[in-house]
Amino acid sequence: MPKLSAILTLTTSLILGVVGVWVAYNVDMLPVSASMNAPVYDELYRVLFIIGVILFIGMTALVIYSLINFRRRPGETGDGIDLEGNISLEIFWTAVPAIVVLFVGLYSYDIYDRMGGMQPLMHDHSGQMDNHSERVWGGIGSGPIESSSNKNSSSLPIELTAMQFAFIFHYPKGDIITGELHVPVGREVSLKMESKDVIHAFWVPQFRLKQDVIPGQPTILNFTPTKAGNFPIVCAELCGPYHGGMRSNVIVDEQEDFDTWLKENSKESIVSS
Amino acid sequence: MTISLKPSNSSPEKLQPTGWLKYLSFSLDHKVIGLQYLVCGFFFYLIGGSLAGAIRVELISPLSDFMPREVYNQVLTLHGTIMIFLWIVPVVNGAFGNYLIPFYVGARDMAFPRLNAVAFWLIPPSGLMLISSYFINGAAQSGWTAYPPLSITTPAAGQIIWILSVLLLGGSSIFGGINFIATILKLRRPGLKLMQLPMYCWAMLGTSILVVLSTPVLAGTLILLSFDIVAHTGFFNPSLGGNVIVYQHLFWFYSHPAVYIMVLPAFGLVSEILPIHSRKPLFGYTTMVFSIMGIVVLGLIVWAHHMFTSGTPPWMRLFFTIATAFIAVPTGIKFFNWVATLWGGKISLNAAMLFSCGFIINFVLGGITGVALAQVPFDVHVHDTYFVVAHFHYIVYGGSVFVIFSSIYHWFPKFTGKMLNENLGRFHFIITFIGFNLCFAPQHWLGLNGMPRRVAEYDPQFQLINQISSVGALLMALSTLPFLWNIIQSIFFGEEAGDNPWNALTPEWLTSSPPPVENWDGEAPLVLEPYGYGKKDSNETQEAIR
Repeated sequence: MPKLSAILTLTTSLILGVVGVWVAYNVDMLPVSASMNAPVYDELYRVLFIIGVILFIGMTALVIYSLINFRRRPGETGDGIDLEGNISLEIFWTAVPAIVVLFVGLYSYDIYDRMGGMQPLMHDHSGQMDNHSERVWGGIGSGPIESSSNKNSSSLPIELTAMQFAFIFHYPKGDIITGELHVPVGREVSLKMESKDVIHAFWVPQFRLKQDVIPGQPTILNFTPTKAGNFPIVCAELCGPYHGGMRSNVIVDEQEDFDTWLKENSKESIVSS
Repeated sequence: MTISLKPSNSSPEKLQPTGWLKYLSFSLDHKVIGLQYLVCGFFFYLIGGSLAGAIRVELISPLSDFMPREVYNQVLTLHGTIMIFLWIVPVVNGAFGNYLIPFYVGARDMAFPRLNAVAFWLIPPSGLMLISSYFINGAAQSGWTAYPPLSITTPAAGQIIWILSVLLLGGSSIFGGINFIATILKLRRPGLKLMQLPMYCWAMLGTSILVVLSTPVLAGTLILLSFDIVAHTGFFNPSLGGNVIVYQHLFWFYSHPAVYIMVLPAFGLVSEILPIHSRKPLFGYTTMVFSIMGIVVLGLIVWAHHMFTSGTPPWMRLFFTIATAFIAVPTGIKFFNWVATLWGGKISLNAAMLFSCGFIINFVLGGITGVALAQVPFDVHVHDTYFVVAHFHYIVYGGSVFVIFSSIYHWFPKFTGKMLNENLGRFHFIITFIGFNLCFAPQHWLGLNGMPRRVAEYDPQFQLINQISSVGALLMALSTLPFLWNIIQSIFFGEEAGDNPWNALTPEWLTSSPPPVENWDGEAPLVLEPYGYGKKDSNETQEAIR
């Protein structure tokens, strides 16, 4: 009997695992991924989804099975079995979630690091680091925008000013002011963001990135678009009556198209023509 | 104060009004106060629910066309504030806590009956004040989080009334918390040890510790915020050199524990309901106690996970990720223990049981999305989106509100001496469960795909899913009708319940229904095994009860 139940438990958990993986790879709930961060994000999302599906289906099945199998039949009297606890079982279901949570935590730390989230911590001894990823992902930054982009000379600095209820982008190179963000494919963009009034948030769902734009404390957000196209910029922090209407677009162009756009719109070219 | 084991002759209750009028009086009876909390909370639930309905109507179309944008923000602010501070917190703590805790510890009343009455009577005026602010100059419109500088720049009258009423409600909550701690620790019947108390006592002890430690921080923060608004100080106003991030830290230092203040008592109530209706002892009492206390400790050190996009430094993001994810461990223990409580029982599929099991299923989903949201890289995409809205409604509605309904079905016979109609109750459960999941499950998709929360207008590609969600909300609204009908017709024409219709062993059932003013006519019973189902000697006890 115990052998049979062991085999039964094992097969059920195997089936559950397969179902979890299948669901996570076949139910796609995310928008297009269009930045260097997005595929990394989607990887984490998939792992969390697999674990979530297994847990949810497993627990729901246990509850429903118990309700059906152990229901009180008509005319039945008396109590259930006298079972007050089982130390080894309880240790088991303390240890397994602890291990899963620890795994998820370490894994998401790795993801976070790959997204460039840990960079500011490593500034002090960056000399010893190989500098293949000099990305600062985001956070509260101080000083002029050059200080964050100096490390990576190829990054494109753009200043974002948020106000009720618009995003205004300023390109130091060419002195362009625009309400729509134009960026080239494959080049790191370094946004320095400041708010004129209340807290806003800069969010591009296809980039899987969001950073609050805070009055009095400039924030930085770095990202590298990987797909040409037109994606929404959404304000994600309640900022007043027209919060829902505070939207813009990011237009990701091929490098040549972007250069043309930059040339046509820069102050010098407008003045000279 | 005369709280003895024997009924006292000079009881202050003798001076109180009797009949239904006592529910409108400054009664000192913990049972009256408990029911005052419950009915008052349900009244505000109907108001908060109507506001939710207005939000779902606005979101049927992608344009802001149902109400003015300012009013929309007032509605969502009032909805959040009412549901948290006037419905869930007062009911899972105040209503069931006041009614049950004195029974569970074997006392005739709470430790401080007058403080108890004061705590309740702070609620109706501050609730009405909050709602009336809409008619004065417009209610607060900066969300229930009231982040500055938005809360400083929106019309001041509504925001100040909001602060005032949240301060009063917080005060009520602190009074209640002190009272519960004193009652559980100091009023226990001689011979009753802490580890023999029903689980709800432990849940209320843990919750009250959280209330007493964290609510004063919210009060202090809101007082500073009100200075910024009326006296133009610069604590949180960046144009005067203030720091808006500091407000967020202080606010969430209360408002994350607030989630546990809403959920831990619900855990306790479920731990009372499941053993009785499955006729089995509560599985793993000791681990349940330790997991509650583990949640209390961890719950105090996770607040900054609400601020992952605020520009918090990386080390802080990491610390709060790990701490938050680890709450899943003690919470997981509780869920496995509940399922083990069902296992091998003789389960009555009544409304109380169904709502409790609905709670388990909903909360597991909310817990899974919670662990996901704790991961910084995951959170930066879905923070402040409908994914978060779905997550916390799975926790507070799918969790706490399902438990409130379960508890009403379970304890109504004790409150009134009448049974509720079980078939109507099961119907209520089915409509609520379908409506709830139809309303909130699709919102996960909305958030992942780019719909932020707190918006009156949205990208037209989200219209269909929003309409499905609104249909779910309509079902939830309709599900209130069979419930209300059931309550009203049962009060007047319900089947007589007898003293102990569920054959339960916990002390509140070992007296008449409804109980006498001082809970027991004779000496309080000494219940050392509140979950002793399936035992030979406890069967004898039950025979004795019958």
